[in-house]
Amino acid sequence: MIYARPTPSQEILLPVKPAFMVATLLAALLMNLLPLSGWWLAARPDFVALILLFWCIEQPRRIGFVAAWLLGLLMDVADASLLGQHALAYSILAYAGIVLHRRVQRFSVTPQVLHVIPLLLLNDAIVLVMRLLAGGDFPGYPYFAGSIVGGVLWPVLAIVLKLPQRPKPDPDHA
Amino acid sequence: MEHQPPPFFKTGPTPLARLLICSVLSLLVLIADARFNLLPVLRQVVSVVLYPLQRIAAAPAGLAQRAGEFFVTHASLRGENARLVHERNERAAALQQLQALQAENAQLRELLAARQRVAVKSQLAEVAYSARDPFSRRIVVDRGSQHGVQSGQPVIDHTGVVGQVTRVYPWVAEVTLITDKDHLVPVLNLRNGLRAVLAGTGNDGTLELRFVPLNADFQNGDRLVTSGIDDVYPRGLPVAEVMNVERNAAFLFARITCKPLGGVNRNAHVLIVSTERQLPAPPPEEQKPVQPKRSRKGG
Repeated sequence: MIYARPTPSQEILLPVKPAFMVATLLAALLMNLLPLSGWWLAARPDFVALILLFWCIEQPRRIGFVAAWLLGLLMDVADASLLGQHALAYSILAYAGIVLHRRVQRFSVTPQVLHVIPLLLLNDAIVLVMRLLAGGDFPGYPYFAGSIVGGVLWPVLAIVLKLPQRPKPDPDHA
Repeated sequence: MEHQPPPFFKTGPTPLARLLICSVLSLLVLIADARFNLLPVLRQVVSVVLYPLQRIAAAPAGLAQRAGEFFVTHASLRGENARLVHERNERAAALQQLQALQAENAQLRELLAARQRVAVKSQLAEVAYSARDPFSRRIVVDRGSQHGVQSGQPVIDHTGVVGQVTRVYPWVAEVTLITDKDHLVPVLNLRNGLRAVLAGTGNDGTLELRFVPLNADFQNGDRLVTSGIDDVYPRGLPVAEVMNVERNAAFLFARITCKPLGGVNRNAHVLIVSTERQLPAPPPEEQKPVQPKRSRKGG
């Protein structure tokens, strides 16, 4: 059990401020709304799903289905897609994050990616199934590229989003 | 680490129960939207909430573009100016002829007691972003119901038809491009006047003519213009050019692929056209007037 050693995620962190969580989710929403096109758009991960999953794994008591569902509705209108498809996908993603959070937290950051990528792919797959049922066409495999990129970004996110919770160094022990 | 609270602390429904509630809600919303188109109000409300965020997100790109425009070289401006003057001179003659032809056409139509063609008004809109839904081809423009845009208005650019307004929000509107899989344009072959229906394929840059018989006279290079029989697109706007005609006797219909003439997926500005056309009153005692081939989808 190489990966099950105590990891940075188990060090004692300060409680996260709700305002910080809201700010990160808003930032993710903004990143999703960036007017990209072409390859940039194809490779852009779904930042809202990524940040939502992060907080569901890190703080499952603080965030939940209401946030996931409302964010999904916002993304549906912004993407001009069917109303409710992202809401459903994000709800299931939040559920997976909340149910798996103990398991994922025990891994160090890099193997966490192996949990995150399948969950993001699941998120994509739910949207895909919804659209196929509604009469859409399969848009091709690049559709899944964003989730892989999102998984690759996970270690960076995990470090950056935990920075504000790290205790300040105690001057007496310096 | 989180710990499971002892059961005598109330924590509300279990995650699974919450998931089920959310899923059922989502599915209800999905069905209401996809099948019955019941929730335009909800969309409007969410879009108003979203609008400031969209503006903020679009700001960096706009800023970069303006900065890029500012640092333009003298030579390129001179070149562009020369090109524009050249184009204007080239078109001046055609324009003068056009005025004479229009007058003549009006007279002839009066003589024939035919209805006058509609005067077409249009307003310029900027493409805010292309919608990120990989399953459809849509763009979002920065004009909405506050600017008088209505659902169903055709959208064109300087070379041809781009699409059609399908959803209108207060300050933005969604335009379904003619390359969208569910979008149809009734067209006319400019060479011989054959009518057909042009459908999107979901791929950028490819359109196809549907239900054209094998022996129909379509050739590579034929230009297709709107036929105007759908009361959505005004008559005579260039739409597409025939790229490839495949006649296989094993199938009922010819397989005709076309490429759009308008810059369907590469424009910064488009024109939203408003047509005020009065249709003649439907004949009084027919079982059903012929339904125009509506290409609109959604509200």
